[in-house]
Amino acid sequence: MKHLLDTRDLSLEEAVQVLDTADSMAEVGTREVKKLPALRGRTVVNLFFEDSTRTRISFETAEKRLSADVINFAAKGSSVSKGESLKDTAQTLEAINADAIVIRHPASGAPARLASSGWISSPVINAGDGTHAHPTQALLDAMTLRQHRSRLDGRPTQGSDLRGMRVALVGDVLHSRVARSNVWLLSLLGAHVTLVSPPTLLPVGIEDWPVEVRYSLDEAMAQELDAIMMLRIQRERMHAAFFPSSEEYARLWGLTPERLALLDSRGAETAILHPGPMNRGLEISSAAADSPRSLVLDQVTNGVSVRMSVLYHLMTGPQEQDRIPALQRTS
Amino acid sequence: MTEISRRHGSPHHRVSENARVILDSADVNRVLTRIAHEIVEANKGTQDLVLLGIPRRGYPLAQRIAQKIASTEPHFDPESCLGQLDITMYRDDLRRNTSRTPQPTRIPAGGIDGKNVVLVDDVLYSGRTIRAALDALGDFGRPEVVRLAVLADRGHRQLPIRADHVGKNLPTSQNESVQVFLRETDEPVALAAGDADRDLGDCVLLVPAASGADAVDVGKQETTGNDAEGTVES
Amino acid sequence: MSNQKYLIRGANLLGEETADILVADGTIARIGQGIEADGADVVEAQGLVALPGLVDVHTHLREPGREDAETVETGTRAAAAGGYTAVCAMANSNPVADTAGLVEQVWELGRQAGWADVHPIGAVTVGLEGERLSEIGAMADSRAAVRMFSDDGKCVHNAVLMRRALEYVKTFDGVVAQHAQEPLLTDGAQMNEGSVSADLGLAGWPAVAEEAIIARDVLLAQHVGSRVHICHVSTQGSVEIIRWAKQRGVDVTAEVTPHHLLLTDESVRSYDPVYKVNPPLRTREDVEALRDAVADGTIDVVGTDHAPHPVEAKECEWACAAMGMTGLETALSIVQQTLVETGRIGWGDVARIMSTEPARIARIDDQGRPLAEGEPANIVLVDPAAHRVVEPEKHQSKGRNSPYRSLEIPGAVQATFFKGHPTVLDGHINTPRALVAQAD
Repeated sequence: MKHLLDTRDLSLEEAVQVLDTADSMAEVGTREVKKLPALRGRTVVNLFFEDSTRTRISFETAEKRLSADVINFAAKGSSVSKGESLKDTAQTLEAINADAIVIRHPASGAPARLASSGWISSPVINAGDGTHAHPTQALLDAMTLRQHRSRLDGRPTQGSDLRGMRVALVGDVLHSRVARSNVWLLSLLGAHVTLVSPPTLLPVGIEDWPVEVRYSLDEAMAQELDAIMMLRIQRERMHAAFFPSSEEYARLWGLTPERLALLDSRGAETAILHPGPMNRGLEISSAAADSPRSLVLDQVTNGVSVRMSVLYHLMTGPQEQDRIPALQRTS
Repeated sequence: MTEISRRHGSPHHRVSENARVILDSADVNRVLTRIAHEIVEANKGTQDLVLLGIPRRGYPLAQRIAQKIASTEPHFDPESCLGQLDITMYRDDLRRNTSRTPQPTRIPAGGIDGKNVVLVDDVLYSGRTIRAALDALGDFGRPEVVRLAVLADRGHRQLPIRADHVGKNLPTSQNESVQVFLRETDEPVALAAGDADRDLGDCVLLVPAASGADAVDVGKQETTGNDAEGTVES
Repeated sequence: MSNQKYLIRGANLLGEETADILVADGTIARIGQGIEADGADVVEAQGLVALPGLVDVHTHLREPGREDAETVETGTRAAAAGGYTAVCAMANSNPVADTAGLVEQVWELGRQAGWADVHPIGAVTVGLEGERLSEIGAMADSRAAVRMFSDDGKCVHNAVLMRRALEYVKTFDGVVAQHAQEPLLTDGAQMNEGSVSADLGLAGWPAVAEEAIIARDVLLAQHVGSRVHICHVSTQGSVEIIRWAKQRGVDVTAEVTPHHLLLTDESVRSYDPVYKVNPPLRTREDVEALRDAVADGTIDVVGTDHAPHPVEAKECEWACAAMGMTGLETALSIVQQTLVETGRIGWGDVARIMSTEPARIARIDDQGRPLAEGEPANIVLVDPAAHRVVEPEKHQSKGRNSPYRSLEIPGAVQATFFKGHPTVLDGHINTPRALVAQAD
């Protein structure tokens, strides 16, 4: 594993290893000295072409807990808005000898471009690109699901996958990088994934995805579910005729107090996940968000552990290549 | 839940034909009994005693020593005095060797401040693992004393570190390798005839300077095993 | 005019009979066996296929406006290198080719460059804005004698305007070349909509957005009795609609690009913007349908849609990269690979789809002529047995955005005769025709 661009690139062994390591990292957060020396003297750049305070803080915490030097680069004037090009930014980071680049970008594929272009030699970690992928989010979701099952059956999380778990991803799949990365990772780990979405918010061409597709949340919830993951509805979608009104969306695809009550009346062990930030009253009711089923804060905590794990695996071990010689940089 | 079969650095089922048995199961048991007594003696009892095993094989050794202490010292509670100290993130060769999955660190509830900590590992070699362990300990508190117990000391120290309790002093040359097998962590060893009547569930083997295909196998173990401190060759 | 004579010895005419061709005074003086050199420069052509000079109905020369991407001079030099003797220059320059003055300027630049005939295509609407018709008649009457009109790059999506344009060009036997793309269905579109776009999270360009416009326009063309040409057909559904229209007697012609005959949207998985093009690369099924459609005559011509871009327009994230690929210098090879070597067509058909029909559609009378005595000496000699690895840095075009980089492709242009002058000789770019004329 040289880069982390998409969960689709992970093997089962790698995925389980990242999760196992994340479990070990979790313990560091409970210590008085919340720091490991593993990345001392190494420089990690958080290259954010798109605002995301939550994700940046999570990465920054992970980097600092591993003793890395952290540089935050909020590149708002990206080439999308006719500022400095991705190439020039990348080469600048290469010139200051960044040891890893965490990139968040509104354009799908930008991290892949960075990793394959030859502009830089350091590992690239995708912190969310366009509507393509958000691999660390999917990993933290998997870690949270693994803990959830471990709490129920008492077996250790270490070394285990998610075989037999049933997870529903509900909402805007079309525009969701979280959904895509979870589809690949959760199914790789053996979970049964159901996508629940209005047909307007499902991509065309997902016949080959390893998922079950349903349009009705109530039908999906009629089955036993170990977890329901609510996807965020972007406010701007409401004006693009994907659904008639936010009220109708909330009624048909929201995790309403009524649907929460249904879970409670059945005594189901269904956990509720949400990648945040939540639109309370739209895709998720406050009753659901604040219920004991909600693992939203576990997700935030696990985000740090998972990102520590990813940084550790990508930044230690023999580096695959030496730095690009200065003479070749101009190409 | 399904267990994924992964054995980081665990020995090959097959070992070199030329491997010599240094300690067998009975020897290991005797040695650990002695070390348990030595620890209590040096500590003048079990007051403030904390045993921390270094994964992977140091932890089961620490566990066994704790049980042996408990069998003679009724006031000693193995649960509250036993822990595991992972040193992966403190290694000084993180950039050279393949990254491995760190193991959880478990410090007993009483912490280590002012305690008499005994680090337990299987083989003492360059001393770098113990250096890393001392660094790791510093992040958890300030022990009164730190001592070191090892199953085998094979020499060739690269740092000013020594063991307080040694199961077996084993003079070796640098191109020999010392391999440890424990019931808790390893598959049983299959050896050539001659040792057929010995119980090798736990054992310490000395594998001579290897040649041919064996050289590759042993070399791999030295650099991937968590305990072999195999930084000398690289 | 050059009085240089050339004897092309032993060429394979359209891949069939072998003959010598004597070129003199810009025309084919003789075709026959064992012609004496008699002072002519001899071009040995054993094993080479002779075709009439290629004609491209769809080239972006970028001048005026984006001379950093291409000029008429570099674009036509690339055309010559690819075996072309005439190109139709698309109207989406800056300013747009929507006036007689501008099309004459481009035509004149082509004449001076001397690498190939340049036939400007006029914009259908002013500024390609899709609001009012440009001065179509003035462009037709200009020295450039424009017969083909297109807003390529944009679709003439207003049905009334399209109807009027179709009717109006009948005045001088013109044709409207439609870039079929329903704009609202493709707002922000980045690639073909299908399983790959679903995986990659790139906004989809559905096939229906092309097919719906084609269906409308063939019905409109039939209704008003006009000629319509469909640019860069890219989907199986489009092929079926055009086939149906031709069966009904609609005067429709259709074009396919080399890249749509070879590449699929699977290439986009790399996120390398060199594969970003409009219409987008489609699926394997579409590629097969397009190849079949060329073979059965549903698709009439191959047009390159040669679209050079400066390096920085492609060295960026997919979403902000420019659309388009270069094609002039690889088109013949891709046609050989996808259509000849798959047994779908012969070299005579290659002459039809890359020379005769393009010239007929664009109403270029002195191009796309048969290889016969007395005809203009527009001839390309291609070595079908050659193999070459594409190195865009060695192309004559300024554009380096060839999607075939590092790919080994068959066939190589050994010589191009443009009105009797070799613009390409011995497999290398030679000299433009105009310079030779001045030297005389």
